[in-house]
Amino acid sequence: MSVEQIIFVLTSLLILGSAFMVVTTRKLVQAALWLVSALFGVTILYAMLQANFLAVVQVVVYIGAIAVLFIFAVMLTRKELRDQGSQTRSNWWIAASLGVLVLAGLVSLIIGQPAFNRTAEVIPAGVDTLRNLGTALVSPDAYVLPFEVASVLLLAALVGAVFIASRKGEEK
Amino acid sequence: MAFLYDPVNFIAGWAHGILTGWGLVDSLATVIIYLIGITVLIVFAMVLDVMLVWVERKVVARFQDRLGPNRIGPFGLIQPFADIIKMVIKEDITPAGADRIVYNIAPVLAASSVIILWAILPIASSIYGVDLNVGILYLVAAGSLGTLAIIMAGWSSNNKYALLGAFRMVANMISYEIPMVIILLVPTILADTMSIKGITQAQSGVWFAILSPLAFLIFLISAIAELGRSPFDLNEAESEIVSGFNIEYSGMKFGWFYAGELLHAFTFGGFIAILFFGGYGGFFGLERIGFFSWLNNPFVQAVVFITKAMFGYWVIMWIKYSMPRIRIDHMLAFNWKFLTPLALVVLVNTAILSKVLVNLPIWGYALGMFFSNILIGLITIEILRAYGRKQRIAEGNLVRQVAHN
Amino acid sequence: MNSESEWIYIGLFLVIGIIVPIVPLVFARIVAPRKPNPIKQSTYECGIETVGDSWVQFKAQYYVFALVFLAFDVEAVFLFPWALSLKQLPLFVVLEGVLFISILVSGLIFAWRKGMMEWV
Repeated sequence: MSVEQIIFVLTSLLILGSAFMVVTTRKLVQAALWLVSALFGVTILYAMLQANFLAVVQVVVYIGAIAVLFIFAVMLTRKELRDQGSQTRSNWWIAASLGVLVLAGLVSLIIGQPAFNRTAEVIPAGVDTLRNLGTALVSPDAYVLPFEVASVLLLAALVGAVFIASRKGEEK
Repeated sequence: MAFLYDPVNFIAGWAHGILTGWGLVDSLATVIIYLIGITVLIVFAMVLDVMLVWVERKVVARFQDRLGPNRIGPFGLIQPFADIIKMVIKEDITPAGADRIVYNIAPVLAASSVIILWAILPIASSIYGVDLNVGILYLVAAGSLGTLAIIMAGWSSNNKYALLGAFRMVANMISYEIPMVIILLVPTILADTMSIKGITQAQSGVWFAILSPLAFLIFLISAIAELGRSPFDLNEAESEIVSGFNIEYSGMKFGWFYAGELLHAFTFGGFIAILFFGGYGGFFGLERIGFFSWLNNPFVQAVVFITKAMFGYWVIMWIKYSMPRIRIDHMLAFNWKFLTPLALVVLVNTAILSKVLVNLPIWGYALGMFFSNILIGLITIEILRAYGRKQRIAEGNLVRQVAHN
Repeated sequence: MNSESEWIYIGLFLVIGIIVPIVPLVFARIVAPRKPNPIKQSTYECGIETVGDSWVQFKAQYYVFALVFLAFDVEAVFLFPWALSLKQLPLFVVLEGVLFISILVSGLIFAWRKGMMEWV
């Protein structure tokens, strides 16, 4: 096992373990913090793939903005920041077996893909992936339309949030 | 002699030779050398942190027209060590009902989020940790980890005031992160790279503070807000909500919040020096003349960098000890209604001018950028003045109305 | 240094950066006195007994600010690759960026007019 594989296995265990804890822990704020740990594991995966920009953006946007938003939402809407009781229902084994079935189906589909056994391409020296990303985002024959549409999407999210918050304010 | 011109690589090569001579595998030797380098950098940062305690107390004393610590050791230099020993031996009281794990992680995370910034800070052209090609976003990422630490501290203390203080502080920090990230785009455009070393090297002709003084000012303001220092420190106001999120922390855990804040301030002073004042270089092309070639020596560059960082830190302290605290609603209004639009205007202006003025010689480019900033500043002041006048007239009318009735 | 060894360096830095603050804390745990009693450990509320649970009144403002911050954070992150492509491509690219920014500024103005930027 090469060092890379060991790091990958450890990181995957971190992500899966954190995700499991998010779902099963009794205190909501701790669940949000376990989510942060899972997102950090994804950062490590991006770093291993040498996607520098994505790794840093993952921390800035996911951990710095989205996780903070989750934590705000949890802390502000719960009167009782304590134990929420057991998070599993009595017939959890039905859901678990369904989940395992779905997982088995997905895994067999993915393994069946011919591209599954390819190793990652080595980025040729001298190729600046970040600059290529930038150029691709703004070239008319590349991704400029999704780039502009993304801003419209963000605008929609902003307007929706403001609208809901102003309604709540009026109700008070 | 080679040591004098490239100390880090010289020592690394020598150590590598010794380690492989002992029979260690190449990659393991490299990892051990990394560990040694990391330890040296972190020890340097920690020693600096200790001295910063002394600097801070002396400077605040002078601003308040008194002497500051001068009993312990010559000029009070042993004072910070006394402070640290005191903090370590104080009893560590954990409040009842606190979430233990989160309560203990918070100060460690707050301190670590500052320490990891030293990995990308170049002290000289050959003395630095790594030259990450996304260095600028790394700076923002470390800041967001600090934000997380504060929420954790506020929540896990099981204390209304701590939680309130933490919420306000985080709302403040995330709001001021926006103008900071937008302004960080300005050096990126001017230097055409996101790596910290690249930005420093691009300033060998002219400082970015001259090319874009407004960007420097906006970055200074948002950096101070991001640090949570006065005049933006309503959240830790000792006299108001009793120290905010770190009420329930005592002993060394409080010590890490305090020391972390000081080191963070100095690190930001260093980043201001790098992003806008040429960092370890920025000699306006002087180092190319044969007589001044000693300016390329890494030790000279290190001294230059530390001096500039100290100056940046001193400006931050100056602002802290001269201005009254700003109210939370004023803080947020200032950010979202003034600073963010202004930052966007400066960004758009820089982007357009960087394409329009690209064919001019260096002095034409610099003058064009500089005067466009002055123009934007003047227009902003005019708008503010008109707005202020309108408000004063409205208030005057209101007072007159009330007086007549 | 290639990208991989850079990240290994940063990973090691992170590990040591977490260990370094822990060392004095462990040392303090050994050296400092520990005499917990209920009065010392009670929550601090300006010197009087605590009243009510420790929760914070829901203020929509916190959430709205966090959401506006999120939208602008993602926008700023999108602008970084745009900024890096400016040198090679013509002026038209700058205008694309300006369009992107102006769409989001209109969102900010909308929030402003709706009174969401007030901290009541």
